[in-house]
Amino acid sequence: MNFKIASSPHTHVRRKTPAVMLFVAIACLPGIAVQTWYFGIGTLVQICLAILAAVAAEAACLKMRQRSVLPRLKDNSALLTGLLLGISVPPLAQWWVVVIGAIFAIVIAKQIYGGLGQNLFNPAMVGYVVLLVSFPLSMTLWVPPLSLVEYPVTVQDTLMLIFTGYSETGFSLAQLRVDLDGYTMATPLDTVKTALTNQQTYQEILNQKVFSEGTGIAWFEVNLAYLLGGLFLLQQKIINWRIPVAFLLTLTLFSFILHSASPDGSASTILHLFSGATMFAAFFILTDPVSASTTAKGRLIYGALVAVLVFLIRNFGGYPEGIAFAVLLANMAVPLIDYYSQPKTYGK
Amino acid sequence: MDSLIKTIKSGYLWRFPGGVHPPQKKSLSQTGQIKRPELASKYYVSLKQHIGQQAEACVQVGDKVKKGQMLSRADTAMQLPVHAPTSGIVTDIREHILAHPSGLGEQTIIIEADGSDEWCQREGLDNYQQLPPAQILDKIKSLGVAGLGGAGFPTHIKNSRPEAIELLIINGAECEPYITADDALMREHAADIVAGINILNHLLEAKLVVIAIEDNKPEAIKAMELASADEKDIIVRVVPTKYPTGGEKQLIQVLTGKEVPSGGIPADIGIVMQNVATAYSTYRAVIHGEPLIERVVTLTGESISQAGNYWVRIGTPVAHILTQAGYNQPAEGRLIMGGPMMGFSIHSPLTPVSKITNCLLAPAMNELPDPADEQACIRCGYCADACPASLLPQQLYWHSKAREYEKAQHFDLFDCIECGACAYVCPSEIPLVQYYRVAKANIRQQAAENEKAEKAKERFNQRQLRLEEEKQARIEKQRLAAEKRKQTMQEDASAKDKIAQALARAQAQKASRSTDQAKEQAPAQSTIASDSKNNSPKSAAQAAIARAKAKKAAAQKADNEAMQSAADTDQSDIEKTAKEKAQAAIARAKAKKAAAQKADNEAMQSAADTKQSDTGKTAKEKAQAAIARAKAKKAAAQKVDNGEHANVVEPIEQSDPKTPEPTVDKPASGETNQMSQQDDKSQRIKAAIAKAKAKRKQLGGD
Repeated sequence: MNFKIASSPHTHVRRKTPAVMLFVAIACLPGIAVQTWYFGIGTLVQICLAILAAVAAEAACLKMRQRSVLPRLKDNSALLTGLLLGISVPPLAQWWVVVIGAIFAIVIAKQIYGGLGQNLFNPAMVGYVVLLVSFPLSMTLWVPPLSLVEYPVTVQDTLMLIFTGYSETGFSLAQLRVDLDGYTMATPLDTVKTALTNQQTYQEILNQKVFSEGTGIAWFEVNLAYLLGGLFLLQQKIINWRIPVAFLLTLTLFSFILHSASPDGSASTILHLFSGATMFAAFFILTDPVSASTTAKGRLIYGALVAVLVFLIRNFGGYPEGIAFAVLLANMAVPLIDYYSQPKTYGK
Repeated sequence: MDSLIKTIKSGYLWRFPGGVHPPQKKSLSQTGQIKRPELASKYYVSLKQHIGQQAEACVQVGDKVKKGQMLSRADTAMQLPVHAPTSGIVTDIREHILAHPSGLGEQTIIIEADGSDEWCQREGLDNYQQLPPAQILDKIKSLGVAGLGGAGFPTHIKNSRPEAIELLIINGAECEPYITADDALMREHAADIVAGINILNHLLEAKLVVIAIEDNKPEAIKAMELASADEKDIIVRVVPTKYPTGGEKQLIQVLTGKEVPSGGIPADIGIVMQNVATAYSTYRAVIHGEPLIERVVTLTGESISQAGNYWVRIGTPVAHILTQAGYNQPAEGRLIMGGPMMGFSIHSPLTPVSKITNCLLAPAMNELPDPADEQACIRCGYCADACPASLLPQQLYWHSKAREYEKAQHFDLFDCIECGACAYVCPSEIPLVQYYRVAKANIRQQAAENEKAEKAKERFNQRQLRLEEEKQARIEKQRLAAEKRKQTMQEDASAKDKIAQALARAQAQKASRSTDQAKEQAPAQSTIASDSKNNSPKSAAQAAIARAKAKKAAAQKADNEAMQSAADTDQSDIEKTAKEKAQAAIARAKAKKAAAQKADNEAMQSAADTKQSDTGKTAKEKAQAAIARAKAKKAAAQKVDNGEHANVVEPIEQSDPKTPEPTVDKPASGETNQMSQQDDKSQRIKAAIAKAKAKRKQLGGD
């Protein structure tokens, strides 16, 4: 009768890191579904490409770093990075765009820092920003909802566009974005940004087809779907409420103040919250554990900081959407935030 | 505090941050009476079972002991005695494995049971209310009562604090999963526990006693409420089930909203906490005079068929009770002493049950699976959310792992209570608590070493100081002695002076008496003397001496030829032997010196002498003599002109005879002037000698 030695605690919660990652990926599914519904299977193709590239890059890096490849691939972190990047890329962008982004995200933003848990920046967002500044055209070519385009994009068109750059019938992506009346349609945020700089009022903008006929609604629903997924993560206690809540509240507050002050010169609070990547970012990007703050107070500060940056970039910066930049900038502040938000220890 | 007590009485509860909800698994052992297993054949009573010092054994091998007999004597406050768990014979006192995570050995009294289980004399204090507290405390101490909830802190110390205690908390929370020992005790012995509480509070005189029980023990709550219904100062407070509510600090926070200061104890804020089992043992000790020799232990886990609570004697080897409870050991089975969160695994079946053993957990293979390999920390922060002490376990982990202990302490490593909540929630299965334990141990060790080094340094400094002081004292002593000596010397200075005068007189006398004899004995001295007064009447005598010397020298040195060549040759050196050359050089130098200052007078004299003895000399001889003289003169002239010339001589004599001229070495030049003055004297002497030689030769030739 001899016994094995082990260190306390002897009992552990059953949910391990791979499961945590998988839960996050699963929570993305409603959003992905809605996105696919409105923008076609290009989204799925991009996600698949990104995941493949990310996992391959991860495997190659682990091999080069002489780490055990398979056990580490099983932590699902590369899969999640690829997934998040794939969601962020325009559905009809050419294949090499997302592949470059995924490889950059894994190799430069993650593995070079030392792999899982060591990276300072959110890998998916690093990949996204690299693509945005390197291939600005490809990265801004968001198609309008399929129901609105003059030339309907079939599955074959999608694949052709992604892999060759032209649809089966020989149209380029730029041509496909033209609506039935010959207007080029962009995302709501894009449209607002452009129109506001052209001295149009917000009310006038809302009368534009983009909003009146569906694009706005499509983005609203996509955001709603990601909100749903996020609530699932909160309910499962996979993510902490502090970052999303701080982020959304701060964004609401700032956009409300600005919109109240200048109703014609700024987008409404609803538009800020339910267009672009707001909800996706709130629950899936900002909550990346590795690159976000980990203290209770720090999480609130971090969420609010990203919101302020997003608000500033959207309203006063050069980009219609600013989440990726805001997240990376806030990532840089995380060590500082963590250090100065140390909670009061019991009895101190 | 009064308002706080009012708030507590109103039923308000605070909450502590963090905490976890691991599966309870209490149902495994929660039902049924507390069972009494059969007696074991051997008991292993460790002398040290609690925080504090080990007491001295007061029995010897071979002694027959009765149940409850004191086995060790506690002399200091932090010592506690142990008692015989049953009657029998002390068969050995040796090191035996301890019920401790280290698995180390400690002095253990081994008793072979005789089976009769016969009690020793017991004496209770029925009228404890009338007795002075010291007597009650002494009873509690002598019967070995210790805190049965965790660390086994001696109960008499907790209850004899000088601070005013406002609140006595009786901890029946029992927040660890699986364990139901306190639960069972409360269900069965509620009245005795309340009696124990009354004794404890009689000592503390707290204004309020709160019995805290987690809401997962409804029967125990009911029993305790019933038992304490008549006590107006005792309230039962039900607290929500959350691990680690039963931790001392956390329970205080939940019940009072107060925090025990870091590094402090509850008494600092007017609170004392005792475990329900401690209250029960206090009752048995004070009222019945029974020492702490048994306690309730939960035997649980899916490998134990008759899981439940057992009265187990302190010192029972775990193998014995496991067998009694129907243990089926799985392959690679673990045995945990304590609960699954904070218990430690033991490896030996002979590990004895100690005063702080509340549970033996024997899980089945898949019941509490071993953690998988540690994975990378993903900074999820679940640990920080779970920490009841509001620490940042992740930061502690980074710094502990990197051995950055200062930083770890900056993040309050030592406020970690090692509850294991962080490691429980960690999705990467990092054994966080283990890292903290290692870090703490290393820091403590480092601190101990630093202290040691500091002490050594202090010792060294003190030694240096002492040595310095001793040195100073010695110097002072010497100085004083010297002064004293001086003083005494001054006192008989007259006597000394007389001696000195006498000596001086004697010397003067001797000097005046000095004659030719004396001068012959000390030619150099007298020569010097004569130098100083060249024209004195003594010069004649000097000349005579010089001549005599010259005679002797001439005898030693060669023939005419040699002399001649020595006197005039400069270039024929090469053909000569080294010795001859040296001699020649010497002679030459001497000749030169001779001229120095003795000078003309002498030369004239000798010349006169020569003239007088001219008669009968051969022309040749005369000529030779004349040459010699002339040479000598010439040399003398040169010598006068060139003071350095003399200096050349010495090196030539001593070192290389082949290179007579150029060896004037520079460093010597500084000394040259001094040297030359001295040399002048000797040269003069030598010159005189040479002259005399020459003269003599002439005479000899005659």
